[in-house]
Amino acid sequence: MGLRVPGAHPRVEIKPPVPTIPAPIWRNIKDLQEWEQLHQKRPEGDKHSAAFESLTDGIHSFPGGFVVTTVADAFLNWARKSSVWPVTFGLACCAIEMMATFASRFDVERLGMVPWASPRHSDLMVVSGTVTIKMAPMLERIYDQMPDPKWAVSMGSCANSGGPFRHGYHVVKGVDRVIPVDVYVPGCPPPPESLLNGLLLLQDQIAHFRRTGRRAAPNPKVD
Amino acid sequence: MTHEQAKTLIGERFGSAEVAPVSAEATGKGLVVTVPAADWQSFARFAKDTLGCRFFSFSTAVDWKEQGLEVVAKVDNLDSGLALMMKTKLGPGVSECPSLVPVYRGADWMERECYDMFGIRFDGHPDLRRILLADDWVGHPLLKSYAVDTPHPPYR
Amino acid sequence: MTLDAGHTTRVEFDYSGGERLTMNMGPQHPSAHGVFRAILTLEGETVVGVDAVIGYLHRCHEKLSETLTYAQYPSIASKTDYVAAMTSEFAYVMAAEAIGKIEVPKRAQYLRVIAAELQRIASHLLWLGTWCMDMGGALGGGATIFLYAIRERETILDLFESLVGARLLYGFYQVGGTRYDIPAGWADACRKTIDVIDQRIGEYEGLLEDNPFFQARAKDVGVITRELAEDVGIAGPLLRGSGVNFDLRRSAPYSSYEDFSFTVPVETGGDCFARYRVRMVEFRESIKIIRQGLDKLPDGPISSRPGLKSVAQIRIPKGEAYARVEGPRGEVGCYLIADGSAKPYRMKWRGASFSNLAVLPHIIPGHKVADVVAIMGSVDPVFGEVDR
Repeated sequence: MGLRVPGAHPRVEIKPPVPTIPAPIWRNIKDLQEWEQLHQKRPEGDKHSAAFESLTDGIHSFPGGFVVTTVADAFLNWARKSSVWPVTFGLACCAIEMMATFASRFDVERLGMVPWASPRHSDLMVVSGTVTIKMAPMLERIYDQMPDPKWAVSMGSCANSGGPFRHGYHVVKGVDRVIPVDVYVPGCPPPPESLLNGLLLLQDQIAHFRRTGRRAAPNPKVD
Repeated sequence: MTHEQAKTLIGERFGSAEVAPVSAEATGKGLVVTVPAADWQSFARFAKDTLGCRFFSFSTAVDWKEQGLEVVAKVDNLDSGLALMMKTKLGPGVSECPSLVPVYRGADWMERECYDMFGIRFDGHPDLRRILLADDWVGHPLLKSYAVDTPHPPYR
Repeated sequence: MTLDAGHTTRVEFDYSGGERLTMNMGPQHPSAHGVFRAILTLEGETVVGVDAVIGYLHRCHEKLSETLTYAQYPSIASKTDYVAAMTSEFAYVMAAEAIGKIEVPKRAQYLRVIAAELQRIASHLLWLGTWCMDMGGALGGGATIFLYAIRERETILDLFESLVGARLLYGFYQVGGTRYDIPAGWADACRKTIDVIDQRIGEYEGLLEDNPFFQARAKDVGVITRELAEDVGIAGPLLRGSGVNFDLRRSAPYSSYEDFSFTVPVETGGDCFARYRVRMVEFRESIKIIRQGLDKLPDGPISSRPGLKSVAQIRIPKGEAYARVEGPRGEVGCYLIADGSAKPYRMKWRGASFSNLAVLPHIIPGHKVADVVAIMGSVDPVFGEVDR
């Protein structure tokens, strides 16, 4: 669309910048050890902000203050785990089983999980399928776009460790080389019952989520 | 257009082509024709216009190590059931081949994949760039000299 | 462009297309077809160019097959077209049998046909569900057909689970025959299931066929001419929807398909609606084939080779073959070169969706962005086959 203003240029061309994908940051990284150290640090958003910290300090200064924050934590965690929205991130065969889990027979909406296409509005990324070297930066970008707190479930043996394609030249040997993972669901593909089991385990983890800067350890009851 | 008719026509036009009939059950009745690389495009045009093979099935390559690369393409005549497999041997060390895109539009992506996987440059291809691997990938994976688990930093 | 105060300027808007927008329909998008990136060049809402970027699921099938034996690879082969895993394994196993001149017993051939046709119904159900969901919106009316179709598909997957043990990816086909035989009671359960599906397909047609919204989104959208279809090499319902009467099960019958009587649907429209009609008729024809197969199932062994004791047991002599199968998406082919050992020398997958997808840059320009989604759904790509 050009605005034609008499007397001025006959057409004002507005050229949008051609989007260029920045080079992946691993080009600046010397070797894998540095890359893994980069990924072992938890995202900063897990920690609560300074304002919230001063508020909880204030509450704790009153007698019985700890009870208030614990009950609040439990309430917030209940709300958080009952409404986990996964981003629709199906890559390969596991995506079909993930779709079956979200569909009629194994409905996850009764657990409060509404599959949502936009990563900016979701809490959970279920990496279902093989992660290839070409796809890994896209996966990382989608994960970065998700707001904290966020969780990731690695579904299927390809996402756990590269799966049957582990020895391929174009396959990332497990999505935990790209993003931090909370629950690993084995199978090729895992039937919907297994994925539901994994999602319920994740809900248990979320119930123990504390805004103290550290992710909860896996559910100690499961051994 | 039966196989015998096709064989006769090919023998008339392309004397230097070797034609072998195939009658294994899985492949159906078909012909395997080996032509020199210089005749690749003209034979494809002959197959499309004269033999009526308008359906382009696939095109790929094989790495025969010391003997060099071989480019294979399959075209079909859907009305008469003639299945024609065309082959051409590029010599050892050669990785150029005429392109079939001027004849069949389906060769576009197939030849890009051959370039991606084998490094074969097709003369006459409008847009030869990598299709399955990233544009800055180094190496051509399906060559026998490339190991299947070649590491790619940092996803070693 | 400056506007001076006190000086009125008349501004005319001009949509002569001087401005093009490049929009990325990235590898993650809710159309639920897998990892596909389309870089669309838009003028307003109309697409003028498509650059299809694939390869986000390139899992090195062809290179890996050179390291896996003939006994190990069929279950990996099912991961190419993972929505129709039975037909994916079929091509590889047939190619190995053609080179090695291995006979397949009649019962195994009939079992293969029954499995392949059940898989075709399951795959088309998924196609119908996801295509209607794409066009209708996941939270809107589109989820209706999706949830109904998945309900039907789950009953077929139950049959597969009792036959093979797995729901989605099987290792049912083996060089020489099939790996499992049908358990007791399976034939009756199968008949009941397909009776129910037969009736429910009629309900879906009733919901969709005369629906003006569906017709507006599917009629005259994505027209593929017959000449383009043959030139690019697309196959399956896309080819038959463009007027070419070609079905491998009829033209080059394999695995006893000549014993079954069924019709091949052909439509001349070339648009999404024609492809939809072709697939809906294919449902009914597959049901017919399964019924005939179950009625006429012969007795006998299910494999001409003894049970596997080691992975390197099957050796195929030197030779090459190209075996092709009519999958739900088209011609799935396996070009296999064997060199006498237990592993192939070279294996090439002719993926149906790879060739089908190559037609997109030719037919999408000229349509609106919303039609891109409808066309992609009716082309029905599965990216395991595209990227292998």
